[in-house]
Amino acid sequence: MIEEYIYEYIEKAKKNDKGSIGRLLTFLESSPSQAFKVLNIILRNNVGKAHVIGFTGIPGSGKSTLISKLIHQYIKDNHKIAVIAIDPTSPLSRGAFLGDRIRMQEHSLNPNVFIRSVSTRGLKGGLSFAGVAMVELFDYLGYDKIFIETVGVGQAETDIMNIAHTVIVATMPGVGDEIQVLKAGVMEIADIYVLNKSDKEESLKTFEYLSFIIESGEIGSRVGWKPRLLKTSALMGQGIQELRKAIEEHLEYCTSQGYFNHKINLRRKTLVKLFLEKTLLDKLSEEFEELKSMDIEDFSSQLDILRKKIENFLREFDKYT
Amino acid sequence: MIDGGGIIKNSSRPIKVLVAKLGLNGHDRGAKIVARALKDAGMEVIYTGIRQTPEQVVETAIQEDVDVIGVSILSGAHISLMKRLIENLKEKGVEYIPVFLGGTIPLPDIPEIEKIGIGKVFLPGTSLNEIVKYVYDAAIKKRMKVRD
Repeated sequence: MIEEYIYEYIEKAKKNDKGSIGRLLTFLESSPSQAFKVLNIILRNNVGKAHVIGFTGIPGSGKSTLISKLIHQYIKDNHKIAVIAIDPTSPLSRGAFLGDRIRMQEHSLNPNVFIRSVSTRGLKGGLSFAGVAMVELFDYLGYDKIFIETVGVGQAETDIMNIAHTVIVATMPGVGDEIQVLKAGVMEIADIYVLNKSDKEESLKTFEYLSFIIESGEIGSRVGWKPRLLKTSALMGQGIQELRKAIEEHLEYCTSQGYFNHKINLRRKTLVKLFLEKTLLDKLSEEFEELKSMDIEDFSSQLDILRKKIENFLREFDKYT
Repeated sequence: MIDGGGIIKNSSRPIKVLVAKLGLNGHDRGAKIVARALKDAGMEVIYTGIRQTPEQVVETAIQEDVDVIGVSILSGAHISLMKRLIENLKEKGVEYIPVFLGGTIPLPDIPEIEKIGIGKVFLPGTSLNEIVKYVYDAAIKKRMKVRD
């Protein structure tokens, strides 16, 4: 890897050279030590300005298509838009099929839009370290609306609330009754709930489940902001203007309450956590591969070997970065 | 299928491949099967979907920073489309990204396509292992070329 060129890439990236941005993003998703070098430069004296919008929700609920329609709305007003689309890594082959982009390809030639696909590379929580690091890079480069689309695994995916200013949870008709909605997890975290595919049958019923629970304050209420519930049909282009309006209202709320900078702070702390998590997990998997080939069967001796390796690694951690 | 056959040992990141359908033809079964085989071999595959222009494919390759581009064409317009693709890669300064082509390509056209700068043409009946192996080798060569 050509680390000595990082400064050169950053200078070019500031002039919106897409190739240089693409390269820097690759550094961020390579080894932690490479990512560290980029982050160390871009996070110096950088207050953070971009509005980060997180999209999550079950697979197939139309997150990518919704983002694509929102881009149409935002580019009219000269925003610079970045999309970080995260898809899962196969636990079997470690490969990935990154297909979110398909729904947004119409924007691929727009100079004010940058779309990057990321795989989770085995980390839990739906958000990878690389995804969050990429938010920082786009923010640094002056992209002012940053969409993160997470893998949409359902109930367990709540990291996004530490990263995004505005969290949108997309769902669709016919995916369960109010018990499903009440379950803890992803359904609790939204600032805006979107019932997409509302042109479909059963949408009225699902809408009522959701609105009952939101109205009664059973999910997602926070001081000064009552979660919105919107009906959209991304495919038919319905409800998109309303969605944009709700997003902007939430931004105003964040700014007026001082949450805007609070969230950036939280995001950077999360970045540190994810960095360490990735570094340790990478090391652990590496050592585990070695352990597999050893001829030791006793549980506690195996554990002991791994523990010692990790301890040594931590002792030399400063050399690593 | 050779699971894991596409993983570079000791590399900090997997091979990243763009699979694209160029031109006015929507038959994408072949492209999807190739994409899946590459994924099963441990690579990260971006699929653009159908009816892409050469300009879109090049821009996507740049933003995604891919190691290899694979194109599927069944429409008969392969020579003109591939010419435009390669010209565009050169224009954008990324002609070091290797390109391979798959589809119903008449044999007499292959020498001309290779002359344009396409790394390899795969015809119907090619084994998936052969494609995985090509992509693996091409990606390694490309990373060495750009000292990456």
